[in-house]
Amino acid sequence: MTDATSIPAAHKPRLALYWASSCGGCEVTVLDISERILDLAARADIVFWPAVLDVKYEDVHAMPDRHIDVCLFNGAIRTDENAELARLLRAKSRTLIAFGSCAVTGGIPSLANNYSRDSILRASYIDSPTTANPAGVLPQHRVMVSTDSGAEVELDLPAFHHSVRTLAQTVPVDYTVPGCPPVADQVWNVLSAVLEGRLPARGAVLGASNKSVCEDCLRPRHEKRLQGFVRPHLTKPDPSHCLLDQGIACLGPATRGGCGAPCTKANMPCRGCYGAMPEVDDQGLKALSALASLLEAREPKDVERAIATIPDPLGTFYRFGLAASQLFRTRTQEDA
Amino acid sequence: MAATQDGPTLRTVRIDPITRLEGHGRIQLFLDEKGEVADAFFQVPELRGFEKFCEGRPVEELARITPRICGVCPEAHHIASAKALDAVFGVEPPPAGRKLRELLYSAFFAGDHTTHFYALGGPDFVVGPDAPKAERNILGVIAKVGLDAGKLVLRQRREAQEVVAMVGGKAIHPVCGLPGGVSKPITEAERARIEEIARNSLEFAKFSLRVFDDVVLSSPQYVDMIRSDAYQLRTHYIGLVDEKNRVNFYDGRVRVVDPSGLEVVRFAASQYAEFIEERVEPWTYLKFPYLKKVGWRGFVDGAQSGVYRATPLSRLNAADGMATPLAQAEYERMYASLGGKPVHATLATHWARLIELLYAAERTLELATDPEITSPDIRTIPTATPGEGIGVVEAPRGTLFHHYVADERGMAKRVNLIVGTTNNHAAICMSIKRAAQGLIRGGVLPTDGTLNRIEMAFRAYDPCFGCATHALPGEMPLEILVYGPDGQVRQRLAR
Repeated sequence: MTDATSIPAAHKPRLALYWASSCGGCEVTVLDISERILDLAARADIVFWPAVLDVKYEDVHAMPDRHIDVCLFNGAIRTDENAELARLLRAKSRTLIAFGSCAVTGGIPSLANNYSRDSILRASYIDSPTTANPAGVLPQHRVMVSTDSGAEVELDLPAFHHSVRTLAQTVPVDYTVPGCPPVADQVWNVLSAVLEGRLPARGAVLGASNKSVCEDCLRPRHEKRLQGFVRPHLTKPDPSHCLLDQGIACLGPATRGGCGAPCTKANMPCRGCYGAMPEVDDQGLKALSALASLLEAREPKDVERAIATIPDPLGTFYRFGLAASQLFRTRTQEDA
Repeated sequence: MAATQDGPTLRTVRIDPITRLEGHGRIQLFLDEKGEVADAFFQVPELRGFEKFCEGRPVEELARITPRICGVCPEAHHIASAKALDAVFGVEPPPAGRKLRELLYSAFFAGDHTTHFYALGGPDFVVGPDAPKAERNILGVIAKVGLDAGKLVLRQRREAQEVVAMVGGKAIHPVCGLPGGVSKPITEAERARIEEIARNSLEFAKFSLRVFDDVVLSSPQYVDMIRSDAYQLRTHYIGLVDEKNRVNFYDGRVRVVDPSGLEVVRFAASQYAEFIEERVEPWTYLKFPYLKKVGWRGFVDGAQSGVYRATPLSRLNAADGMATPLAQAEYERMYASLGGKPVHATLATHWARLIELLYAAERTLELATDPEITSPDIRTIPTATPGEGIGVVEAPRGTLFHHYVADERGMAKRVNLIVGTTNNHAAICMSIKRAAQGLIRGGVLPTDGTLNRIEMAFRAYDPCFGCATHALPGEMPLEILVYGPDGQVRQRLAR
């Protein structure tokens, strides 16, 4: 665990970037700082970044503890390999930053926490309409395979956990950077703070605002009362008015801003990737109550009918944060 | 690299993780007593679970969920998803809706191919395969080609992302795609900016082909390497083609050609399950697609094997030409210099990728100057009862299929995905093994440069295992499998 976030003045800040269970968009968004990456390369020493540099795990093992000043860790934790690298990079880093929705709250892949591992395997390897697998072969943690020369060799795959966990559910984390992915300008704000040694007190959320997405959204809002909600493909919203006022379920009011509201500017509703507002424990519950409070219905059965116009509450309110939600916290801790 | 004694007869060499690719991967080579490569395994040690957890979601939301399969090519998943949704809801986008999707997609392709050539695959050529590993990266490339050229590379990427953000809402994980079209039109000011970017992109594509000429094609050492047996595979090839059999990234029919270049079939997206089948191996989480009608014959190439490739080179091999004039001229030049069609040299994929970059830039410019592109008529609201739909696009790394089945309320019941990199999985394994057998000889412990040359065999595919690992596996007990020469499981022991 780090006790200080300042970087010794004797050397350029040593940075590491790692990609656990995620899509890689958090790495691409770092590349999207574009020309500023030359500045980064000049002012920092990037010591580990598998997607871009030829540095292998053994090179990281060989580093002294706390050798890395700041590690941006993206992706959730699902395999032994993810967890091992989280522990390794925690030990080697003075400051560990959970970077992007998957590391912070589990991200979209943690929607898998609502399904059993067996059903997930079946969907991919047995029931898929293009898969021919009459023997029911499934990938194995350890398997003996004959080589062309006839020798038997053992191959192993990392063990997979029952559910997706966040980085902070695995190792202590110093800061979080929300977003799927964090937008490039906010990435640069975070990197600048690192380079200039002006990170705030440990535990802070970096690269985001303390207000909601609505503050970034240019659409005027009148908090209209609603009969129910309409799915986005069935309407053409007026781009000059609030999407919620037009009955489209938008998570803007319950989502931390700082992204610049690119989705609502593209005439599509916010899906909540920047996570919960400050002081809010469970983003999904907050979003659910924010939307329910707009309904005109007051009788329970009318409320029920109106809420049913959101056909997938789990995937709507917890799209980016099931692993960190109250719903799955206990389960993910047990799995750990 | 880590070398360990592994029992009395075989020495294991692990490359873990494979670097400069998107996602995770591991290669294990098994050497026999003479130090020759007995076998090579390329493993993908990670999966997620999209096919399952997309079930129960409102099907139109899959265009915003499936891009998280891959943050490197989210545009490919977004557009394939939007096309699958068109089919699920039985709705056709108006011309401007369709053109805006293709505009976003063409600009994305130009940026993505740039990233691969300069940041991922290019360092091996521009900096050199045996250069110190600290220099084999994009910063090494910039040091070699000069800072001004390096800045051009960064601008090209930035501007491609700018177009994606302008049309799609977000530069990474765009949001504009809906069944029946896109969520917003573009303004004349946006169109003018996109046209300016497309012109820059076109000049950049020409510049990149000159870099390839200067660095690779003028070097006898590299040309020998491209032609060398270690990097050849004679496989089938697939790619999307338009009505004149020219390469198309957004739409068309999937054309399959055999290793001699003759057409085997041309099929529509909706027929994909008749022609593509996938195999499961217990030692990797990634499946192995093959041509169903030819069949799986194991990890072998040739006309009798269903193994196919879907790469930039495959698309050129499967097509009769390019739909834009400058790309067509380069297409002809490549085949004239490499001895005609099809080209089986895996490393020529880098050349094909740059020809596609040129096509993508030309196509972006065509669409940016299309009088219809700023039309406000961008969406058709679906009215039919939702059902089943299959969408196909060419992702930068291969043909991408999204297949959804929805119930009458439009909730996803079944999802099946065959993604770009997965198409090439068997061929990647074979390319690695062939390169390893060609490069490691007689017990000489491979050097870092040798291992990098083996990694080059798969880097040519620009493999993206972020994409490929969209299914989540479980923790499994030990299983022993004995394979016969026909590739069938002869004995199976599990504990």
